Amino acid sequence: MHFNLTEEQRALADTVQRFLAQQYGFEARRKILRSPEGWSREIWGKLAELGLLGLQVPPEHGGMAPAAIETMLTLEAMGRALLVEPYLASAVLGSALVGALGSPAQREALLPAMAEGRRIVVPAHGEAGARHDLSRVATVARRGGAGWVLSGRKAVVVHAPAADLLLVSARTSGAVDDQQGISVFAVPPGSPGVRLIPYPLIDGQRGADVVLTEVSLPADALLGAEGAALTALEAAWDLGVAALCAEAVGVLQATLDATTEYTRTRKQFGGPIARFQALQHRMADMLMSVEQARSMSYLAAMVATSDDLRERRRKLSAAKVVVGQACRFVGQQAVQLHGGMGVTDELAVSHGFKRLMAIEASLGDTEHHLERFITESR
Amino acid sequence: MDLSFTPEEQAFREEVRRFLEQRLPASLRRHVLEGLHAPAADTVEWQRLLHRQGWGGPSWPTEHGGTGWDPVRQYIFEEECAAAGAPRLLPFGLKMVGPVIMRFGNEAQRRRFLPRILSGEDWWCQGYSEPEAGSDLASLRTRADRQGDHYLVNGQKTWITLAQHADWIFCLVRTDHAARPQAGISFLLIDMKTPGVTVRPIVMLDGGHEINEVWFEDVAVPVENLVGEENKGWTYAKFLLGHERANIAGIGSSKRELERLKRIAAAELKHGRSLAEDPFFAARLAQVEIDLMALEITNLRVLSAEAEQRTPGPEASLLKIKGSEIQQALAELMMQAVGPYALPFRVEALDGGFQGEPVGPAHAAPLAATYCNLRKTTIYGGSNEIQKNIIAQLILGL
Repeated sequence: MHFNLTEEQRALADTVQRFLAQQYGFEARRKILRSPEGWSREIWGKLAELGLLGLQVPPEHGGMAPAAIETMLTLEAMGRALLVEPYLASAVLGSALVGALGSPAQREALLPAMAEGRRIVVPAHGEAGARHDLSRVATVARRGGAGWVLSGRKAVVVHAPAADLLLVSARTSGAVDDQQGISVFAVPPGSPGVRLIPYPLIDGQRGADVVLTEVSLPADALLGAEGAALTALEAAWDLGVAALCAEAVGVLQATLDATTEYTRTRKQFGGPIARFQALQHRMADMLMSVEQARSMSYLAAMVATSDDLRERRRKLSAAKVVVGQACRFVGQQAVQLHGGMGVTDELAVSHGFKRLMAIEASLGDTEHHLERFITESR
Repeated sequence: MDLSFTPEEQAFREEVRRFLEQRLPASLRRHVLEGLHAPAADTVEWQRLLHRQGWGGPSWPTEHGGTGWDPVRQYIFEEECAAAGAPRLLPFGLKMVGPVIMRFGNEAQRRRFLPRILSGEDWWCQGYSEPEAGSDLASLRTRADRQGDHYLVNGQKTWITLAQHADWIFCLVRTDHAARPQAGISFLLIDMKTPGVTVRPIVMLDGGHEINEVWFEDVAVPVENLVGEENKGWTYAKFLLGHERANIAGIGSSKRELERLKRIAAAELKHGRSLAEDPFFAARLAQVEIDLMALEITNLRVLSAEAEQRTPGPEASLLKIKGSEIQQALAELMMQAVGPYALPFRVEALDGGFQGEPVGPAHAAPLAATYCNLRKTTIYGGSNEIQKNIIAQLILGL
């Protein structure tokens, strides 16, 4: 039992932190946010050069999976910098899904290109009526022509506009909430019948609703066995929860640091406001919240790929609860302690606040995971 | 990074578990697991049993007769003991005055006092707080005036846990009245049988007698009972507080209490169904369980830092705050779980041998008293507000 990093892990963390500190400052990020695409291909290319896009890609396809600790360290650094590129969507969820479901040919066609930054592959799974329930899929795929025909609508697909390829889940059999009967298809976003309704998200990242109208796909668009994709979706989402927890820790720490720094420099009533005990205790509470979240992020990284499903689900849900509550509390208090400046767009704190808010609501919110924890504890 | 215990640590856990199965008496176990009043004799008996096994000083180095266990083994030991329902070892000797004597005492003091702590022969209590010196400990006024080969001690200490059983008390006393508050304090060991020492009980809100006032009236204390140097007591006290906090999260006992809460919730009914299945109750229970899970990892992080010879730092304040909040939350939920039967308060029913006619389920009898008793946890050992000051100043640098 220890919490030490290996030399290589420490070096990786240093490299990522240094890279982001140099090239992803607040103003640089702002410019990226205001660009038409809303993310930077240049940065994406550099993430590929650093090997970070291959952390979920097995070595035979040019990556370094499994790399639980490396992923955690990378996401924590990205959280600190409030990175807006489609890392979670493609390099975590997308890679995990292709790795779990793809045939050898599909894996070879996609994973090396993803690791090298040449292709962005984004899962499109959520639907309007499903909230955070992974097994509720109304989008339908039926056999037609030589392959498949898909119809339905995918809701709030984060980074869909950036995708070279969408991994669309659709029901090939069963009722809307059956565990069985869910399949995943590789859908080029330019295919006839695919329409994206793109929009920015509250945290500055980009998303879209994906409308599928009689979309014809070849037979080999199916990833994995027909009707049996739920296990892989759950596994990818669990990996994503661990990644999101790590990212949150980075945002939380940066937000706390900004707040302590601000209260030390902001002067009122003849001195820095950090001298007031009401504020000191609030920041002590924030620190405890950050440290508890950090502990759970460690736990999440350790169990994210565990074969013991019950333990994996219990612990990841527990982690998301602690992290989600920390996101709310620390984000809200950071804005509060920044006073009027906290509610402007000018400081990093409000950008961190919005990312924390989005993290809490992503891949299952606090309430969803509290419920899953209870179910898996029975 | 690796959260699993090594094969050696797991083997050690098995060894502790076997020992507890074989040697922990059922009556002691029952008092703890059912939340009943454990008599002082339980504590002494358990210390003696451990001493015979060579485990009397689980946190002590071998050179002073301890086990020499690293922090992880100490943690495993405490966790297993708590789960099995072993009485809590008295911290006053083992975790407070013992380490101070080891670090700052002289050879004669070590030989005289340390073995008797391990064997359970001496029961120690802690004389820090005074009526006018609580969180502001440095304002203490109990005085020790040097007169030849002894000090004459006069004053009043309060909130002294289990002083009624104690053979010895370690005290912070003022030896220099001119110096600034922290600089004039000394660390003195006082035999409770010395003429002029008076113990008066303070009955607490749960009806129990756990706490006392101790009065000193011209109490003559030999100068050889001074630990370290005169007027350096504040340094020793701070050292001791660090040790106290490092073990204060109470993860093991909170895990045990969580299991008790689950048993109670499973047995209680709401709308004719098990309370454990009630979504409101289940959510509150799950929240505490999750908070405890997070605190356990945080505790392990502090331990692993300690194992690398970094002394317990201000992060111990976090363990104290969160640990005490969880203890209180568990007690509150247990009391809530039994509904109206939380209210009957029969002190006799809290003793192991109660033979009267029960009212309500047996598990309900001690719950309100425990809930009341545990209000102390956010107050003692440096109140949680003081701990937040420490975090703000020493970690956040505010």
